[in-house]
Amino acid sequence: MSGAHPTAGPLRDRRPRLAGLILAGLATLPLLGALGADSYVLLLVTRVMIFAVAAISLDLILGYGAMVSFGHAAFMGIGAYAVGILATHGIEDLLAQAGVAILVSAGFAALTGAVSLRTKGVHFIMITLAFGQMAFFLAVSLAAYGGDDGLTIARRSTVLGAEWLGNATIFYYLVLAVLAATLLACRALVAARFGRVLRGTRENPVRMQAIGFEPFRYQLTAYVISGAICGLSGVLIANQTNFISPAYMAWQRSGELIVMVVLGGMGTLIGPLIGALAYLLIEEWLAGITEHWKMIFGPLLILVVLHARGGLVGAITRITGGRHG
Amino acid sequence: MAEDILILDRLRKAYGGLVVTEDVSLAIRRDELHAVIGPNGAGKTTLIHQISGLTPSDSGRVLLDGADITALSLAARTRRGLARSFQITSILPGFPVLENVALAVQARAGSSFRFLGTAADEPALNAEARAMLDIVGLGARADLPAGLLSHGEKRQLELAISLATRPRILLLDEPLAGMGHEEGQAIVALLRRLRGRYTILLVEHDMDAVFSLADRISVLVSGRVIATGAPAEIRANPAVRAAYLGEEEAA
Repeated sequence: MSGAHPTAGPLRDRRPRLAGLILAGLATLPLLGALGADSYVLLLVTRVMIFAVAAISLDLILGYGAMVSFGHAAFMGIGAYAVGILATHGIEDLLAQAGVAILVSAGFAALTGAVSLRTKGVHFIMITLAFGQMAFFLAVSLAAYGGDDGLTIARRSTVLGAEWLGNATIFYYLVLAVLAATLLACRALVAARFGRVLRGTRENPVRMQAIGFEPFRYQLTAYVISGAICGLSGVLIANQTNFISPAYMAWQRSGELIVMVVLGGMGTLIGPLIGALAYLLIEEWLAGITEHWKMIFGPLLILVVLHARGGLVGAITRITGGRHG
Repeated sequence: MAEDILILDRLRKAYGGLVVTEDVSLAIRRDELHAVIGPNGAGKTTLIHQISGLTPSDSGRVLLDGADITALSLAARTRRGLARSFQITSILPGFPVLENVALAVQARAGSSFRFLGTAADEPALNAEARAMLDIVGLGARADLPAGLLSHGEKRQLELAISLATRPRILLLDEPLAGMGHEEGQAIVALLRRLRGRYTILLVEHDMDAVFSLADRISVLVSGRVIATGAPAEIRANPAVRAAYLGEEEAA
């Protein structure tokens, strides 16, 4: 056996190329002048990319760590509230807001993760759901910041005092940059030593202990990283909508994130991006046809889960892989 | 005493009213292959679980090289040099064979809180993992997904994983279970090669294998050790014959 022989494995397929293609497509979208700089499409795709960041962060723990968090929207909400609350008090700098959002999200993840990770399976799902609802009701109780109704933010965050983000195209590229960085960072992380321990624990935690790893440390660290990234997505969504409300943290939102991950293909990182794209575009399209769009969307989802194992990204690699034999 | 690497001191485990192991005391000598035999339900696997830390003991102590490790977790005991295999083969089926072993090397070679650099490409980890695969005779299978190995090969892989932890003692829980004759012979040959180079505590049902491999044998019946000695002594021991070998013949 030659030592140079590459290891066949889930990380060495065509997915990097797929990710590159999609990112390149996203980067050229605003350049297509016909669409218009602040067109509806640009807004929609910005929203897709923000949710993709959140869904990728969820995939990190769900797909690679087998931790099904049903309260992930809480982190998005924390990020959004960091922007709203700080802006109310005159702190509008994006970096300061993002820093606070990341720190508070990471802290919330460390606390809730340390408790949640004592449980497994359905119990883990339920306890993360419970923590998510706690965050939701905490947001509802924040009367000073709009309570149930939410809070309108006067303007987008500033960068070094400048209001660049008010420009839809600049904001679009900022979101794209965050998305690309998230993808790259997560891809590096899952291939690195840390990620290998995480993936090993997903497959067989007892075996991992029997070679000397304490899974809890690695799972908790992944949970905190995931929460921090998701918090960052909240900063972006608050900026896009200029509005925050407890609805960001609702359990339905957590469920949507799970659907995006599963629909796109969990444990792939690029899958959640495709999942977010498909979910939000189909939602947009079907909602335009009928207000009962969920009655069509539900069965559609079931079909994908049943027939496209590995989600949409699995289907794509199967189709494009077929040519190579 | 210095040559006793693993000492079990009155280990006990009960599930409700069912006492599975009762005051099990054993001393395993350095570099010996010590087999534990006993009829079904004698508590052999529970004993391995208690030694490895997978199951906490109700009372008693486990000493490894004189240090009390009774309170340590499975992972901490492994890092101290206590490696185990499982009755039902425990590997990472989705990982390549090589990475199964490389992960065990990684576990003791520096921090695993590294977020950059592809772990699968680390030459030092892979070189040592390959050496372990060569020892167990799986060198040619290194790049195959571990889940595709035959049952016997998975057993060999699990041994390579255990060896990669650089154990002071190997706990093997029925490595021949569920194996055909030829596969079993390969494992027996492998154990024979490891014998003398490693301290091995072997729980096994296959009497031919046990009597041909073991330096010493302990007999566990209803959670108690009724005899410890060289194979010839055990074979001649009337209590053992009555409690165990007789039952085997009758069955």
